[in-house]
Amino acid sequence: MASTSTRRIQKELSDLMNSPLPGIQVQPDEDNLQIWRIIINGPSNTPYHKGKFQLTADFSKEYPFKPPTLLFKTKMYHPNVDSDGNLCIGLLKTENWKPATKMSGVIQAIYDLIENPNPDDPLVSSIAEQYTSDKKGFEKKAAEYTSKYAT
Amino acid sequence: MSSDGENDEFLYEDAYDDAFDQDDEVDDLDSMSEPDVYDALSPAIEEAPQRKPYDVSWKVKTLQEIIDMQTKEISKIQSVLEVPPSSAAILLRHYVWNSEKLQEQFWNDPASALEEAGLSPPSSPTTRTSTLPPSPTRRTTRSLKAGPSTSLPKRARSINTGSFECPICCMEFDELSVPSQTYSMGCEHRFCKDCWKEYLVVKIKGEGESAKIQCMESGCGRVVREEVIDDLVEKDVSRRYHNLLNAAFVADSSTLRWCPHPNCEYIIQCTQAPPRMLNQLVPTVECKCGHDLCFGCGYAASHRPVLCKIVRLWEKKCADDSETANWLQANTKECTKCQSTIEKNGGCNHMTCKKCKWEFCWVCMGPWSEHGTAWYQCNRFDEKSGIDARDTQAKSRASLERYLHYFSRWANHEHSAKLDGELYQKTEKKMEQMQNSGNLSWIEVQFAKQAVDVAIKARVTLKWSYCMAFYLKRNNMTELFEDNQRDLERAVETLGYSLEQSISDTESIAKLRQDITNQAAYVQKRHDILMDDTLKGYLERRWEFSVDI
Repeated sequence: MASTSTRRIQKELSDLMNSPLPGIQVQPDEDNLQIWRIIINGPSNTPYHKGKFQLTADFSKEYPFKPPTLLFKTKMYHPNVDSDGNLCIGLLKTENWKPATKMSGVIQAIYDLIENPNPDDPLVSSIAEQYTSDKKGFEKKAAEYTSKYAT
Repeated sequence: MSSDGENDEFLYEDAYDDAFDQDDEVDDLDSMSEPDVYDALSPAIEEAPQRKPYDVSWKVKTLQEIIDMQTKEISKIQSVLEVPPSSAAILLRHYVWNSEKLQEQFWNDPASALEEAGLSPPSSPTTRTSTLPPSPTRRTTRSLKAGPSTSLPKRARSINTGSFECPICCMEFDELSVPSQTYSMGCEHRFCKDCWKEYLVVKIKGEGESAKIQCMESGCGRVVREEVIDDLVEKDVSRRYHNLLNAAFVADSSTLRWCPHPNCEYIIQCTQAPPRMLNQLVPTVECKCGHDLCFGCGYAASHRPVLCKIVRLWEKKCADDSETANWLQANTKECTKCQSTIEKNGGCNHMTCKKCKWEFCWVCMGPWSEHGTAWYQCNRFDEKSGIDARDTQAKSRASLERYLHYFSRWANHEHSAKLDGELYQKTEKKMEQMQNSGNLSWIEVQFAKQAVDVAIKARVTLKWSYCMAFYLKRNNMTELFEDNQRDLERAVETLGYSLEQSISDTESIAKLRQDITNQAAYVQKRHDILMDDTLKGYLERRWEFSVDI
């Protein structure tokens, strides 16, 4: 179903180009449409503010029947993002994935996760612990990371 | 291998067949749910003659019977709740076949019960596909029905000119092809049939999903019905789907278990061994394929007399410590007298060095002469020698030694039981020899084969008895257990030794036959005593373990 996959990716890409999501840039790889580069501007009122966070989205040939793989390329201090850039988000899990879910929805969900970390389902438990017990310390560290790696 | 003697299996057959055949007609529901109160010594069990209080009754079911069980439940719910059969099936699967809970929830709040199970009516607010084109000809031209939505008021379907674009593959469908090429469930999220097909194949074949395949729309929890799936996918996928549904039905039921033996398709039904009883029952059952299994944990053989949980702990421990234990499994040892390398090639632990004729015990390497006396200590770990370990290093060494003591005996009996399998072939040859030179009939030489059977069974029990002993706390009860263990071990070794004797003349055959017959009967007796006492001990809460059960 390579053609389904390509057609769908093209359609989603053109939709995102025509009506871009605020604070988000999407760019496909120059010679491979199956890889996108996504840049999310850190939400205001968060320690990630003013940071630019880059992600890659990797679409398999089975897309949209299998979820895309998303990976943070910019280091960030966040309970749901590990040092390798993996992120933990429900709708991207194979068993929860719905083929009708659009990339715009996925990106929106990631944006929401940056804005509101989910310490109950952490990928880095030490950061999650700090997030719940020492919010100030967490924010300081996250802001440090943001200015060091994301600007 | 049945651990309770050969005659017992026939008693079981009769007992459970009578008891269950009547039950089945009257009250299949009860067999689906756990009995509320279970008393192992209840009169119901004593009624069955000669059944031991620690035994369970069971029934072997075919796949068709499992399918029939589901159909019966579904039609029952269908008529009680007045819903279509496929809805009844989805409801039952959602409530894990607990029809009482389902009915309670349903009568409490039908709408939310339906929605929770993935049967939300179309009027419920779900995110809808924006490009959804209503199709006026849908109901008449489509073979697929939208289930309960048929009873609900149809949406106003204005004739919307223009084509439909599948939100998944972005293909366009003209108005005429929409009814035949696309499909939507009651939630009215429409997609093309090719995408449906692809999606279902990924879910069924790729992920092994069956009962909870939802609509493709994000956020829509509507479950795809059986007949829809059967209609959309190829035959092989549909077959796989139904296999998965049956597997889930068996897995969800605490009274059913697949026979774990390769290529066996039978299912065991047992209502007397719910999970909470497994701290006092070891529900060994026999499948129609001829193999034993534990109904409690699915272990593909009898692990009596050890509780499922202890077996699990033991296996994990053995896997963890396998590196240190590896050397123990090596098949060669040196003679303690002349240092010749000896390979153990038979099941017996009474070794005689071919070179220097030194007789010793393969397990403890001590002289065999001591094993014949009342000072026999091979089965018991001398805890005292471990106690004087003062510092932690010595303590951990002592605990490793303690473990290795039990593990080596456990592994040794396992090894011996396997070698006894080879003894079968040797024994067969010997039986031929006896028929020829001893003028014995075929029937008269069967004693040897029967004795090998008894020896193998006893070795398996002995093997597990060492796992049991490892976890038992040291007290008087444990001493009694170890006495029984020692007696059985000695009896088996004696029998094993006799079975390996070579035959010389007619006179010695007669004596050997007498010896083996007597020794096998004694092994059987010691085996039954150990088994009976240990299993009863659980019911009487006599055993104290060093771990929480």
